[in-house]
Amino acid sequence: MTAEEILNSLKAKFGDAIVEAKLDAPQPWIVVNPSRTKEIAFFLRDDPATRFDYMMCLSGVDYNNGKLGIVYHLFSMVHRHKIVLKAFCTKEQPHIQSVTSVWATANWHEREAFDMYGIVIDEHPDLRRILLPYDWEGHPLRKDYQVPEFYNGMKVPY
Amino acid sequence: MDAFQNLGFWRTLLVTVVLSALPLVFILLYALVTIYLEMKVAAHVQDRLAYMRTGWHGVLQPIADFIKLLQKEDIISVAADRKLFILAPYIVFMGTYGAYAAIPFSSIFIGAQIDLGAFFIVAISSLVVVGILMAGWASNNKWSIFGAVRSVAQMVSYEIPTVLAILVGVMITGSLNLQEVTKFQAGGIQDWVIFGGPLPLLQKLLITPFTVITFLILFVASLAEVNRTPFDLPEAESELVQGFFTEYSGMRWALFYVAEYANMFLVSAVAVAYFLGGWGSPFGETLSGPVLGFFWFVLKGMVLVFLQIWLRWTLPRLRVDQLMYTAWKVLVPFLFVCIVAIGLILVL
Amino acid sequence: MIETKSLPTQYASQPGPVQTSSGKTLRTDEMIINMGPQHPSTHGVLRLEIVVEGEIIIDVIPHIGYLHRCFEKHAEHMTNYQQVIPYCDRLDYCAAINDEHSYVLAVERMLKIELPERVEYIRVVMAELQRIASHLIAVGTFGIDAGAFTPFLYAFHDRELILDLFEMTCGARLLYNYFWIGGLSHDIPPQFVDKAKQFCTYFRPRIKEFNDLLTYNEIFVKRTANVGVLPKDVALNYACSGPMLRGSGINWDLRRDDPYSVYHKLQWEPQIGKGEMGTVGDVWDRHIVRMREMEVSLSIIEQALAALPEGNVQAAIPKRIRPDAGEVYARTETPRGELGFYVISDGSGTPFRVKARAPAFVNLSVLPAISRGCMIADLVLIAGSVDIVLGQVDR
Repeated sequence: MTAEEILNSLKAKFGDAIVEAKLDAPQPWIVVNPSRTKEIAFFLRDDPATRFDYMMCLSGVDYNNGKLGIVYHLFSMVHRHKIVLKAFCTKEQPHIQSVTSVWATANWHEREAFDMYGIVIDEHPDLRRILLPYDWEGHPLRKDYQVPEFYNGMKVPY
Repeated sequence: MDAFQNLGFWRTLLVTVVLSALPLVFILLYALVTIYLEMKVAAHVQDRLAYMRTGWHGVLQPIADFIKLLQKEDIISVAADRKLFILAPYIVFMGTYGAYAAIPFSSIFIGAQIDLGAFFIVAISSLVVVGILMAGWASNNKWSIFGAVRSVAQMVSYEIPTVLAILVGVMITGSLNLQEVTKFQAGGIQDWVIFGGPLPLLQKLLITPFTVITFLILFVASLAEVNRTPFDLPEAESELVQGFFTEYSGMRWALFYVAEYANMFLVSAVAVAYFLGGWGSPFGETLSGPVLGFFWFVLKGMVLVFLQIWLRWTLPRLRVDQLMYTAWKVLVPFLFVCIVAIGLILVL
Repeated sequence: MIETKSLPTQYASQPGPVQTSSGKTLRTDEMIINMGPQHPSTHGVLRLEIVVEGEIIIDVIPHIGYLHRCFEKHAEHMTNYQQVIPYCDRLDYCAAINDEHSYVLAVERMLKIELPERVEYIRVVMAELQRIASHLIAVGTFGIDAGAFTPFLYAFHDRELILDLFEMTCGARLLYNYFWIGGLSHDIPPQFVDKAKQFCTYFRPRIKEFNDLLTYNEIFVKRTANVGVLPKDVALNYACSGPMLRGSGINWDLRRDDPYSVYHKLQWEPQIGKGEMGTVGDVWDRHIVRMREMEVSLSIIEQALAALPEGNVQAAIPKRIRPDAGEVYARTETPRGELGFYVISDGSGTPFRVKARAPAFVNLSVLPAISRGCMIADLVLIAGSVDIVLGQVDR
């Protein structure tokens, strides 16, 4: 399936949950509603026409304009096609629905996004920090992140 | 020891102490040699050189290691059970060292002429199990407890095939006294129990396959008894760090180490005494005698020790359930078959 | 900001007390053990919190991050795109070349530049040499996990020869910084081709020797067959890649299925696990896939060396790399699996965002799912068969 066909089938099924799309990019992407990612993901995985059974990558991004986002790179082993999904949220309301129940691999990636960007992944089974210590403060990959002076009494900037 | 009866108490005590120190000297010298051997065999199996700088081909390295261990700080962790922690290495070493009393090093030297020699060895070396459990428990470390529990399960299980295999030797030689057993096989290599012992030719031919199998099983079981690869689960480095002696350091650790090596020779010595003619020369009367006897005994023992080392650096390790399976479902049934068959052949 | 919990919710399902034959209730306690961060077989500083009942594992909770070096933050703060390459090296320090390959591929796709043929061939040779070196570490340390120490030293001996080839080419033995955007840092030395061919002839019999020593060893097969079985659907759901995925019987190799460089011009076949010793997808299958991939890599190297064209080793690229605003996700097949770089450019001279999709990270996340119910000794083997490099897991 081409990206356009995928977009059309998504629009037919979910309507206004599909926010925007950019199909002329080298890797076309579709922006979806952050509170409905799970059902969209289930549809993309289980629909016989799309069958996105392999999630290549899930990345958190800070767009530096008050917007955070998660980018899902999907791939289908059956049909050998790709699509990129995006879900945006604001820094004030950093909530995006988890897709761990759809692709188990999303578990750690989403924890990483939470860890690095502070995006709260709703309905995640085990939302903890993953790479940073449990008592670390702040989310370092945000563009406005300030390195703390001290961590547990140790000087941080060296 | 009859000769010392008229010497009076203090002299007897002195002589006893001196004589019982002889195996200790042997164990220490042997440990130095074997540690060197182990490193060199390992290195050559692995296509490298090992020690080359301390003395000629690094022969002084074990001594240097020993000195280093002497100087090391003695660390006992705060959470450890101090008394047991300190006691455990001695118990392990005592179990091993005690068993050396019944080992016939030569026709004129055996620590104690006990008629139940083999039985005594099996019994007293079980003390090692207690020491290991103690060490594991006292360390207050979960990995150590794992190692200790594994070790106990393993050594208790493998005692059965070991004893059964010794029983085969007892059936053929008719004695538990290792000195008697050795004398029974004094006629040279063809009279060794592994080749059926000094029996009539037909019986000998019938019995040899079973005795060879028994000897192999004894060797395998003895590997497990001394926690060597492929049965080194109690100290499985990749799983349990160092097993029951994870928390030990310095001389206490060295005591475990020496005990382990002494144990390797001990099990080999029992196998040699029962199956490979003890201190008897392979050529019958030629090249025999008390001193040469000692030489033959140590040589045979060291060959078996070398085999243990060789296997260690070649094979991977079994898993716990497979280890138990091997003991109870492979070695023991095979030995029962051997015992029944040998019994029948001997009676006929 | 929600509170971080120190323990996950998976603890809920635990076996209850045991009834003895005499009707008494035996209280059995689970023990929680920390395997790592300092432990001989966690291949670095991985900490596995394991809940065991006796030797049986009830649950495994990996704790990672001990080797976190802020790769992604660093990448955003470089002064240009090239400076990220040495940091890529340090992701998977056992297969640095493959990491570079992925990153430079991503940037080159953004810049839409064509590379000289010679560059692609040299890259293939180097990537495959690195793959052999990395697999040698994997199978060697796997031998240690199984209790066999000797194969490890055999493997490291041969790896040294590969490192010699790298040293000859770029002067470094571990972290190369050899693939540059638009080409290579410099051409291969004249005697390289002969030396590499010599290595190929030398190494083929060594693989057989290694197999005889370890792979087909009775005890080793007993230890690894039917252990840690990773079924196909679980492997896909967890997005495993590389030998993990192929060991589960899925014929999937990015070098063939998402072609990059010149792999499509060479003759080779991906190796998959067939369950020869037990079940498809067990630990032994993952091991044998690595062993066979080394042979495949040898044949790729020989073909690439034979077809090596003359030419330039650097494409014409602008001095200051400024890709147009946009984004790209490029992935290559590294020894551990699919290493993807998601690079976003805002049109400036530094990357706006670089996300490394590390195969070891993703493959490790499947560990709890496949190691429940096995023994501690098996867990060590399963973790070894995942072939993690903590530098890549923690980034």
